[in-house]
Amino acid sequence: MVTSMPAGSSSTARAVRGGQGKPLLSIRDFKVEYRTGAGSTVQAVRGVDLDLYPGESLALVGESGCGKTTFGLGLLRLLPRLGHASGKVIFNRSDGTEIDVLGLDGRDLRQFRWRDAAMVFQGAMNAFNPVLKIRAHMHDTMRAHGRASRQEIENRAAELLRLVRLEPERVLDCYPHELSGGMRQRVLIAMSLLLEPEVLILDEPTTALDILTQRSVVDVLHEVRERLGFSMIFISHDLSLAAELADRVATMYAGRIVETGGVRDLFYRPRHPYTLGLIKAVPPIVGDLPDLESIPGGPPSLAALPPGCTFNPRCKYATEECKETDPPLFPVTDQQGSGHEVACIHWKDVHLDRQVRSEDMGTAS
Amino acid sequence: MTATETTPSAPAAARTPLMTLAGVSQVFDTKAGPIRAVDHANLSINPGEVLCLVGESGSGKTTAARMAAGLAKPSGGQVAFAGTDIWSMNRRDFSTFRRSVQYVHQDPYASLNPTRTIQQTLTAPLLKHGVVKGARAAAERAAELLTKVDLTPPENYLPKYPHQLSGGQRQRVAVARALTLDPKIIIADESTSMLDVSIRISVLAMLGRLRDELGVGFLFITHDLAIAKYFGWNGKTAVMYLGRIVEFGPTPDIINAPTHPYTRALIDAIPEPDPDLTKTKGTGSLRSLEIPSLAHLPPGCTFHPRCPLFEGGLCDLTVPELVEIRPGQSAACHVVARDGAEPVRPDEPAR
Repeated sequence: MVTSMPAGSSSTARAVRGGQGKPLLSIRDFKVEYRTGAGSTVQAVRGVDLDLYPGESLALVGESGCGKTTFGLGLLRLLPRLGHASGKVIFNRSDGTEIDVLGLDGRDLRQFRWRDAAMVFQGAMNAFNPVLKIRAHMHDTMRAHGRASRQEIENRAAELLRLVRLEPERVLDCYPHELSGGMRQRVLIAMSLLLEPEVLILDEPTTALDILTQRSVVDVLHEVRERLGFSMIFISHDLSLAAELADRVATMYAGRIVETGGVRDLFYRPRHPYTLGLIKAVPPIVGDLPDLESIPGGPPSLAALPPGCTFNPRCKYATEECKETDPPLFPVTDQQGSGHEVACIHWKDVHLDRQVRSEDMGTAS
Repeated sequence: MTATETTPSAPAAARTPLMTLAGVSQVFDTKAGPIRAVDHANLSINPGEVLCLVGESGSGKTTAARMAAGLAKPSGGQVAFAGTDIWSMNRRDFSTFRRSVQYVHQDPYASLNPTRTIQQTLTAPLLKHGVVKGARAAAERAAELLTKVDLTPPENYLPKYPHQLSGGQRQRVAVARALTLDPKIIIADESTSMLDVSIRISVLAMLGRLRDELGVGFLFITHDLAIAKYFGWNGKTAVMYLGRIVEFGPTPDIINAPTHPYTRALIDAIPEPDPDLTKTKGTGSLRSLEIPSLAHLPPGCTFHPRCPLFEGGLCDLTVPELVEIRPGQSAACHVVARDGAEPVRPDEPAR
């Protein structure tokens, strides 16, 4: 039996955040470089400042090639050998200890991964070992990260599988290929929660899933987050999914965050031409035929970024000034205290001329 | 419902459709037994019109398209082009048919030959089918085609190899290649699903222009109802589930006033790019999330194990036929056929 989530299910999580308190994850001037040849590098993430508060769900949106996945991998120190992350990433454990993520190594790094922060990857099939049953995956993960008896592991695995609406008796003895795409994705979510991480990073969690399957994964995510109260960063090119799952959204372009704010601020009052362009390019399903617009061109090559604001060659608001300065994030001043920030010198001219469908509840979200 | 009268394609229905699939079925023999990938599908397509085929993976969309393109022979039923069964055509007519119906695949990274330049890719069919005479004329025509798909100036693209182009540009080349032989119908199989959101809309707009300017008909296959809505607004949409067409009608009616419980579930499940609106959505009352295997289809209506309207003794006995529920809109559901479609949800504007 499938039950739908009540509307506004994440309101409790939002109340916890409120923009105050200590951030769970505090990221400052985060950069990732890939070595591309002898002495040459490409910067895929170019200085990201971001705070993730306890219980918060943050969506990272943008086209492919904007550095979203690299950012997620960099946070968990999962970059390939040619990638190098720099900057400052502070993780505040709930027990009060502060962890400098980029300084971790050896045992501490293994502890941090999965126990403090876990990742759900895009290709659910590739994330499993095809010759191991789901039970073995669960046991391996638990044993690699701590001491637990067989029975404890069995119980914990069964509990989590039930939480993602799977029958443990049926799933535990299956090989990954015996499960459907949606089931695999849900097993992966259950596995990532085995060690009760405080942060979950999900990279395109529902891409390549069918509509109804995608819906079930989304509902499961709402539900487990409600139940377990972890924070999540999820990476997606699908704006509808961000609207569905996020409390806060950050738009990424060419390795930088160009706009960040509450989900309603970003969707109803976007102030960066790129965010506006993305929103205008997504067809809604209800109602009449909308006017859609595409963003001309494609994301720039990270090896040859345009001077000034990296979005200026595709931007219809661009002026000469935009070719000279790459603007930092400005607070959107007509919405005091909303945490809405935008990296565009023309943000005051950028407006979404679309009807807000339901009554405006202010900027509290 | 007045949508059928206002749909521009309505007058065309009086003519014999250019292409018809009449009761086509495709059965694959496997170790697990015969698999009915497509079961008694009826479809018709005309030049300048759009027919969207939507459904989840495994619903038989691509199999139906392959039969329409003459790439697979149906196990039952008839595929007719200009009134003639394509599998009883002589060589020449079949060749004309194959030229008139072109296929644009999903993955532009796999569908273009990596060792050929764009010019070679586009001129090969032109020369092989004798559409133009001589290499120079072929090159000119190739440049013209690239302009049609908005790859301008064409000189920049002709000497390039596929790996030098972005996904969106490659898909445009694939469309240009489909246009080389002046097709009447283009079968677009998930042609935009691998593209980024921003690029997807511009490729769809380009396809829409080709439809209007060149009068090309489209069999447009997608799993994304929002895309079907955007591209096929003036056309028809068929919703497939486990090999059967479960609902058919003008696209605006299918999207805004679906009658079949499966179509309703699909539309309810799609997240909206609008945070307040999307919170009102959910899987609703679907009884199960697992799609049955095609090898072991449930008896009666194949949707009954998941259907919120399920009635024992009715739905699990016989397979429902497609019957007209509203003018121009038909659904294959015992309960809806008996009780009529439920009223349109109150939050939607009545049309």
